[in-house]
Amino acid sequence: MKTINFDHISANPLLPEVKDAMIGAINRDYHNPSSQHRAGESAAEALEQARIAVAKLIKAAMPKEIVFTSGGTESINHAIKGVALANTEKGRHIVTSNIEHNAVIRSLRRLKSAGFKITSLPVDETGRVNPADVARAITDETILVSIMHSNNETGTIQPLAEIAQITREKKVILHTDAVDSVGVVPIDVTALGVDLLSFASNTFYGPTGVGGLYIRRGTRVFPLIDGGVQENNKRAGSENLIGIIGMGKAAELAERDLATRLAHVKTLKEKFLTELPDFIDEFIINTHVQHSLPNLVSISVKYIEGESVLLMLDDDGFAVSTRSACATGSLRASHVLLSLGLSHADAQGTLVISFGVDNSAADVTALLTSLKDVVTTLRQISPLYKKTAGAN
Amino acid sequence: MYNKTVMDHFRNPRNVGVIEDANGIGEVGNPLCGDMMTIYLKVVDEHIADIKFQTFGCGSAIAVSSMLTEIAVGKSIAAAKKITNKDVATALDGLPKNKLHCSNLGADALHMAIQDYEDRKAGLIRAEPKCKDEHEHTHGDTCYCPYCDIELAENSTFCDACQSNLEEEH
Repeated sequence: MKTINFDHISANPLLPEVKDAMIGAINRDYHNPSSQHRAGESAAEALEQARIAVAKLIKAAMPKEIVFTSGGTESINHAIKGVALANTEKGRHIVTSNIEHNAVIRSLRRLKSAGFKITSLPVDETGRVNPADVARAITDETILVSIMHSNNETGTIQPLAEIAQITREKKVILHTDAVDSVGVVPIDVTALGVDLLSFASNTFYGPTGVGGLYIRRGTRVFPLIDGGVQENNKRAGSENLIGIIGMGKAAELAERDLATRLAHVKTLKEKFLTELPDFIDEFIINTHVQHSLPNLVSISVKYIEGESVLLMLDDDGFAVSTRSACATGSLRASHVLLSLGLSHADAQGTLVISFGVDNSAADVTALLTSLKDVVTTLRQISPLYKKTAGAN
Repeated sequence: MYNKTVMDHFRNPRNVGVIEDANGIGEVGNPLCGDMMTIYLKVVDEHIADIKFQTFGCGSAIAVSSMLTEIAVGKSIAAAKKITNKDVATALDGLPKNKLHCSNLGADALHMAIQDYEDRKAGLIRAEPKCKDEHEHTHGDTCYCPYCDIELAENSTFCDACQSNLEEEH
């Protein structure tokens, strides 16, 4: 049975044109882009073509501001640890939010144990940071503010441009984890006003294991990986050329097709949200109505647990993701969902459904039909459902 | 992730439901730790004549409940008291390590139901459901690193195997 992917937040399929570009690159037997002979030069040219395409996608002022990395996680580590190491003379204080991805949380935890001071800001019940809180948190010692562009569990988009105004004024570097935004919604680094922006190729149907860090010219940041002078001395090590060529092609297509893709997933999301009450009752929508990714919905279904739902939907041929503690390997419910004020039981019943170019309206109807059966089955087993029903 | 036996018991759970005239009820876990299980017993002549369960939890928690009821039904109270969480996991042909830690509560729930049955017989007031702390201590004999699955000493704050800091998630 073919699985219908409603878990685009975890993995997107490679577009055929991207595959072709990568296979073409493999067959061309590229040399090392850093080598000075002709074979090396043509590799360097391919590398720069990809850089131009990626720079265009996020509207960077110049391609040189893009550093290729092994993906979103490396970019985030580079931004945070690189700024921390390069600015210790100014201070050792960093501001972040309570709903960041683990790449941010654990990078900061590492810095904390090295003597840095971290202020983590709460979010409101819709999952947004209040820019005024950022302004209040910044001290003379603050060297970096790191707030994500969109959240990978709820899809909620942060008021980043407003935060950037504050960091500009206070002369503090601003990094944003835009891994789930770049290629999904229009991103203009100049308009946003960020200094550093992390992204990953797979979000826009490029290969996994490739990504990039936008470093605004003049931003003080050290490399995370030391060695040669690749990537304008910002990231050592021979580049993953095949992957980067794939990302370049994916960026070019994303820029060309962004409006069409956006409209497509938005229609699917609206259909899902509008029709959901016809199929199941007693659920909470965790996604911001206005400020959220067009391709993602997070819902908490009451009285049942997410992993069970995921496994049963999987059996029916649908891939979704869940933020239940069980599925993530930790015993605790998601920090993001608890930050929104959800109870542990509700957080355990959370499903993340993310749409992509390969989904159709019929797929959404099929998912809703299957979801209804799964929820009914699991509620029949659940002791919580009976208790609440009895109490009413 | 799960083997065939576990998936079978998860997808086709046996003995789901409530026994209206149960004479022993046991409840363990709570949504805080991800799983919650209620066992209903109908004991006749010191034997488990009927057993049913309700579970809020992941795939393995549901499979564990189902398998437990199959093992326990028909057994004498004395024999049922000897059923362990390990027996249930073995009957399921094994569970993933991190699930052994968090969802293998079946025998605990059964023992609580038997205790409740014996308390009622002795005219005692029904025991309150176990709280989370109690569950974790009676049950959590082994801890595993949530990142690399290596066995850890209780209350470790750092996993030597994968260099993970566990202060906040362990």
